[in-house]
Amino acid sequence: MRARHAWLALRGIVVREWLRTLRQTGRLAAALVRPLIWLGVFAAGFRSVLGLSITPPYQTYVLYEVYVAPGLAAMMLLFHAMQTSLAMVYDREMGLMRVLLTAPLPRWYLLAVRLLANVLIVLPLVYLFLALAKFWDVRPPSLGYAAALPALVLAGMMLGAFGLLLSSLVRQLENFAGVMNFVIFPAFFASTALYPLWRLEDASPWLAWIARLNPFTHAVELIRFALYLRLESTALAVTAAAFTVFFALAILGYDPGRGFWARRGEA
Amino acid sequence: MNALEIRGLSHGFGRVQALRDVSLTVAAGSFAVLLGPNGAGKTTLVSLVTGLYRARAGEIAVLGHSVRREPLAALAGLGVVFQTPSLDLGLTVRENLLYHAALHGLSGADARDRIAAGLARLGLGDRTNARARALSGGMRRRVEIVRALLHRPRLIVLDEPTAGLDAASRRSILTDLRAACREEGLAVFFVTHLLDEVDSDDPAIVLREGAVVWTGAARDMPAAAGMATVPDAFLALTGAA
Repeated sequence: MRARHAWLALRGIVVREWLRTLRQTGRLAAALVRPLIWLGVFAAGFRSVLGLSITPPYQTYVLYEVYVAPGLAAMMLLFHAMQTSLAMVYDREMGLMRVLLTAPLPRWYLLAVRLLANVLIVLPLVYLFLALAKFWDVRPPSLGYAAALPALVLAGMMLGAFGLLLSSLVRQLENFAGVMNFVIFPAFFASTALYPLWRLEDASPWLAWIARLNPFTHAVELIRFALYLRLESTALAVTAAAFTVFFALAILGYDPGRGFWARRGEA
Repeated sequence: MNALEIRGLSHGFGRVQALRDVSLTVAAGSFAVLLGPNGAGKTTLVSLVTGLYRARAGEIAVLGHSVRREPLAALAGLGVVFQTPSLDLGLTVRENLLYHAALHGLSGADARDRIAAGLARLGLGDRTNARARALSGGMRRRVEIVRALLHRPRLIVLDEPTAGLDAASRRSILTDLRAACREEGLAVFFVTHLLDEVDSDDPAIVLREGAVVWTGAARDMPAAAGMATVPDAFLALTGAA
């Protein structure tokens, strides 16, 4: 693999994913409106019900909106990852995947670039959401927005790799809606996106354990701490490890010799 | 060196044996035809040649590069038109071609020149900025051929590229391919079940239930099968007569 070829392919894949996403204006609007509805409606209602004590990284009592904003940013990454995964299955059924996989570049590279391309697409939307969240008094330190960038990229790659793995396992487009319901909702609700861990402990210790084991929790906490200029090393380690495992399994899934996909004779 | 060389290729999915001990060669610069009824294993063969998945047994070499051991070198010299259309319908013709060019490591200016020349050659010069969705089936196929030739491969594999097209589109695609074969020494591996697309001089390979049942110049097929015409011979060889 020559560096120049690798670079041109990366650029080509990013441009293609951009063009496709930009032409789906409905999807873009939904991606932005969804977390804003959560923030404006759900969080407003919850605020009165749910009291929050001082939890790191926050040094004072915070409004529920402030607590939930990083979780909603992670939710945007999660939804986007699942939609990208759906697009992979669609591409496979439409034969578009073959165009990618017959390029003279290593498969792991092609898949990694596609992952990265899709994370780069969703990032501007996440930042737009964080900017709009200021209207709800979600105001992390200015430098926090910059510090959150690597956290958002890693979290996006981890969730995207999970989506890629799913796309290699799911046989048909029709099955995908079911898979999404079984992935998005448990990942989101059994995490610290909406309620801090001690709240979950109060409700049910086993739920708290599920949340602790849920990689999405660690993605959320990585982003939350980064926004307040702190590094949560456990979250970083778990997110990075989850990315490595999911991506390695996804590559296996798309391997021409061993892949689940190759065995079934679809392409 | 042969453009394509396959030795002892076998593959199956689960308990279904799709290909059994297939051996064949496509000489450099020749127009070879792979004939077979539906379900004979033609598409599986194409998927294996293009490295989409790996054969259980046997060897495939594209331009002397083993698909198993040097997949990237093999893919670099290979152009493919798959059986199912594979243009991104939401993108324009140019965007589709630029995407492919990038995947093959062609830089911007070079890619743009080749795209303009390729589209003009196949009579699609005025469709550059049209969405692929707006093109007819025949035009989409021609765009796919332009795409498959963009990186100047020495071998192009086409899996039933004319299926479902009208007579005029079929003829124009075949004429263009034969011209590229004659004038530029491009090797063509043309997979089809449509016998009127075969010229009498074409080297032909007949596949039946995953095995090669006959190889030779198409004109010799009737005599070998004891039949009067190529279609009759094909039906006899594939067990349908």
